Amino acid sequence: MKKALIKIWHWVDDRGGFSELVKPLTTHLVPPGSTWNYVWGSATLSCLIIQVITGIALAFLYQPSADVAYESLQYIENQAFLGSFIRGLHNWGASGMVLLMGFHMIRVYLFAAYKYPREMSWITGVVLMALTIVMAFTGQLLRWDDNGVWSSVVAAEQMGRIPLIGDSIAHFLMGGETINGETLSRFFALHVFVVPAMLFSFVGYHLFLVFRNGISEPPKAGRILDPKTYRKWYEDMLQKKGVPFFPNAIWRDAVFSALVLVVLILIAWFVGAPELVGAPDLTNVNVDPKPDWYFTWIFAIFALVPRALGSYVIMLGPLLTITVLLSVPFLSKGGERSPLKRPWAIGAVAFLIITICGLWYIGNVEPWHPRFDAKPLSEYTTVPKADSTIQKGIQVFNTAGCLYCHAIDGHGGIRGPELTNVQNRLSREQIIIRIVNGAENMPSYGGSLTKEEMSDVVSFLMAQDKSGSKP
Amino acid sequence: MSCNCENQNPQSDTEEVLNRRGFMTKVTMGVGAFFAAALSIPLVAAMLDPIMRKKTQVWRSVGQLTDFKVGETKMVTFENASVYKWSGGIARSAAYVRREADGSFLALSVNCAHLGCPVRWVEKSEIFLCPCHGGVYHKDGSWAAGPPPRGMFDYKIRVQNNNVQIQTQNIPITNLTS
Repeated sequence: MKKALIKIWHWVDDRGGFSELVKPLTTHLVPPGSTWNYVWGSATLSCLIIQVITGIALAFLYQPSADVAYESLQYIENQAFLGSFIRGLHNWGASGMVLLMGFHMIRVYLFAAYKYPREMSWITGVVLMALTIVMAFTGQLLRWDDNGVWSSVVAAEQMGRIPLIGDSIAHFLMGGETINGETLSRFFALHVFVVPAMLFSFVGYHLFLVFRNGISEPPKAGRILDPKTYRKWYEDMLQKKGVPFFPNAIWRDAVFSALVLVVLILIAWFVGAPELVGAPDLTNVNVDPKPDWYFTWIFAIFALVPRALGSYVIMLGPLLTITVLLSVPFLSKGGERSPLKRPWAIGAVAFLIITICGLWYIGNVEPWHPRFDAKPLSEYTTVPKADSTIQKGIQVFNTAGCLYCHAIDGHGGIRGPELTNVQNRLSREQIIIRIVNGAENMPSYGGSLTKEEMSDVVSFLMAQDKSGSKP
Repeated sequence: MSCNCENQNPQSDTEEVLNRRGFMTKVTMGVGAFFAAALSIPLVAAMLDPIMRKKTQVWRSVGQLTDFKVGETKMVTFENASVYKWSGGIARSAAYVRREADGSFLALSVNCAHLGCPVRWVEKSEIFLCPCHGGVYHKDGSWAAGPPPRGMFDYKIRVQNNNVQIQTQNIPITNLTS
């Protein structure tokens, strides 16, 4: 029996050429020392595979139609066998892919693996990054809850900032001049057919380049890369010290990818996919659209950038980022590859990480965000024996929108200054002037509050506990 | 008799062979280009169809004259110009309608002029607040605070036979220079 199977395999392999196909890939030599720092790319690819599998599974259950997509997601989430888990794995697989892609890029940049002769690996990598971001964004839209719907509006608006053709691109994305029955189908087609096809092509080419130009050897401080002699030096080094890719190098990729899969499965199982917020409805304004976590820092930039520059940042930001990234291999061609000898590279990465983390934190706090759900100050305690005027003042504070932006005693928004014990900073007249005229980022209330309301709310603010201590 | 072509000397006339090859290369390239062009037509057509289609704008009634008090801002909803059976919950748009003291009407799009999020009307303080990046507008839709580069967009509005009507339009797209 065994003999017969072996015979069949030999026939298949002889006529089908499987060994011929795979052998060069498995036996090709890689530099020694390409160890755990070299697993990020393969782990990103593993996430892509997870996305393909879970994506296909979701496509079997999801209805890409504007009127029922949301309901089909409810079905996937609540009824379909393993549906919630599949959705969770697809969601966290996306997170993993974005995150690991980031680590992969940082590793390649720090080790200067983008230098000769691997420039095309970097360039295709930047394209893959852009495609991955498009996938992440369009995937978020397919949730087609109110967040998804408003995200597609935001996407269209961003495109609208492009000069001359902005409107056309915005309408192209939405499939018309409004969000309509075609919008979801378009994003579905993009997310499921168009972008993945591009993604696969570029991944294939990216991998081909790894084999063609070889894995970059771990850099050593003081070893200068000279494009004139590098290829020969690399070949000689491989012949002398190289180890076969399979299994000497790939086992680490396999182990790390398996670890990634296990972690993603655990998160998908125990945390699950993001909650589906309200059904899609463009007439419901009581929503709080927010992007998925990997975009929160960009969300923060849009809120924080000076108003006069806002539109330019929206338009030029992505363009500049891509341009800078694409120019990296042309700006620094040869020379040192070791990060120890490239302090500016370390500085740039550190700066980027700190900036993104900082923006990410701010994007989560959303200090600019009016707190529509702030708890009213009904049981306010720093004015213990409030008379009727002050009670009315508290009511005005609660209902006139003050509370959305100003906190007192921990209740309220944080967009404007906290007003606990504001009476210690400002006189009654100063407070009135501020309310009547408004200020930077505060509308004027002179026309909308009655004289009595104004007087009441100011009395309330002035009557706060002078010492600032709470009973 | 069949020839044993593999043994034949192919270099009988090099120039002619090269000409032939050049011609075949051109034919192949040309046919390939035609193939690609022919196939791209249906793809591009399907992608562009919703944008190339003739735009329609219609007037939609959003209430009776008596539904709107002078000085009051009220949210109204109406069906978009072209909807499908499968448009579902997104077939309708919303606007804020304000009846001024002089009897005129103002209809503002709910979309923030910054990135399109739906702004909320805060009755008491007479401002519109955007939940996304904190844009603020006055009751007349003019910019008050935050990142929006301009004021809110407005709809055309008219009164006909006691019916207040709004003209449907695109989701307003803010451009670089607006």
